[in-house]
Amino acid sequence: MNGVHDMGGMHGMGPIIEDKNEPVFHQEWEGRIFAMNRAMGAWRKWNLDASRHSKEVIPPAEYLRMSYYERWVAGLVGLIVQSGLTTRAEIESGAPASGSVKAVPALTADKAVALVEKGVPASRSVNVAARFQVGQRVRTRNMHPVGHTRLPRYARGKFGTIDRDHGVFVFPDTNAHFLGEKPQHVYSVRFGARELWGAQAEEKDSVYVDMWDDYLETA
Amino acid sequence: MADDKTSVDRRGFLKYAATGAVAAAVPGSMHAQDHDHDHDHQVVPSDPALRVKALESLLVEKGLVDRAALDALIDSYEHKVGPRNGARVVARAWADSAYKQRLLTNADAAIAELGYGGLQGEHMVVVENTPKVHNLVVCTLCSCYPWPVLGLPPVWYKSAPYRSRSVIDPRGVLREFGLALPDDVEVRVWDSTAELRYLVLPERPEGTEGMSGEALEALVTRDSMVGVAKVSASKAGKAA
Repeated sequence: MNGVHDMGGMHGMGPIIEDKNEPVFHQEWEGRIFAMNRAMGAWRKWNLDASRHSKEVIPPAEYLRMSYYERWVAGLVGLIVQSGLTTRAEIESGAPASGSVKAVPALTADKAVALVEKGVPASRSVNVAARFQVGQRVRTRNMHPVGHTRLPRYARGKFGTIDRDHGVFVFPDTNAHFLGEKPQHVYSVRFGARELWGAQAEEKDSVYVDMWDDYLETA
Repeated sequence: MADDKTSVDRRGFLKYAATGAVAAAVPGSMHAQDHDHDHDHQVVPSDPALRVKALESLLVEKGLVDRAALDALIDSYEHKVGPRNGARVVARAWADSAYKQRLLTNADAAIAELGYGGLQGEHMVVVENTPKVHNLVVCTLCSCYPWPVLGLPPVWYKSAPYRSRSVIDPRGVLREFGLALPDDVEVRVWDSTAELRYLVLPERPEGTEGMSGEALEALVTRDSMVGVAKVSASKAGKAA
């Protein structure tokens, strides 16, 4: 979706503010919501792509006003209500619906440590042919899906070169909407800075963007 | 909070909830904060804290969340996973050219040799800075970052100014971090749009030839591994 989250190339966002001695979590609740997202993800009612999309659909003015972890709160509430893990009435009242059966948590402390250490690979060992070869010139599709995509606006309809083939990965545009993993090759595509930004950019500079097969066409 | 502001915010909230997508929120949610629109975390009101606490209580009561699992996750990122892991990888690559080759060709395996890997670092790519090439890592679409080697990202990395400008004006961004690159250096920006996570291998500073692995590690900053700084031989022990 052409949301405000897709901010590569935007102007007017102000200076970059660095905090030299920044804690991992600035306040306790940030750590709690971070961890709750992981713990609730273990119910496998949604996937990483759906989780990203749950923050992209926050209305633009809200998205920009919220801090990073405030977006995680909004995203998680959206996901747990949509998936039916809780009802909106439960969120509003703060208490389980009367008569509801207590579940057994999907993520225990030992499983949490294993999750951190092992991760959740998004690659798939299925035999899918690569449509493009390293060194090949490609053009990105000019597409504007209303749903989730990882093709940023600044890199649509642009010419680039396949720099490397990372192998086969889950396709976020379908996976985020539970329409299947549609595994396909992901490439690092090199774009000259001037192809993206015109004469104001340094000629020798470049931007490398990871692209799924479905984002590309032959140039 | 003034009543009129509350009612306006309340309408905003209902409109927001009506989108259905983010079923958000609790009465007196994000929209109804007495909030001065300053993104500085120091002034975030207690409101999110209360909301998150209520959410946690509900999820624990429903048996959906185990508090010990939350504690374990927080402990991992506060105490175990962080930029010192990446610094060890970099120092090893500086000291051992065979390791460096493995790191640049198969980063996952080379990083795993030192015992690191996992969540948000399942698919790693290491890019090397040289006197003629400077690499910079960003995620314009969200805030993807190589957690196992750098920990959770700092606020500036997740902020709109960094995400918006790194791709269109990387040299300006680097100047803001105090790094002015000569014109003959090529800048390569890596936008983390997929599940590949990028770590910059900074240049080894001059004057560090006789240093031990541990001393080298101490020089390597988080910022140098994102690509917004160089490593200096004289900056040992500096925080970022």
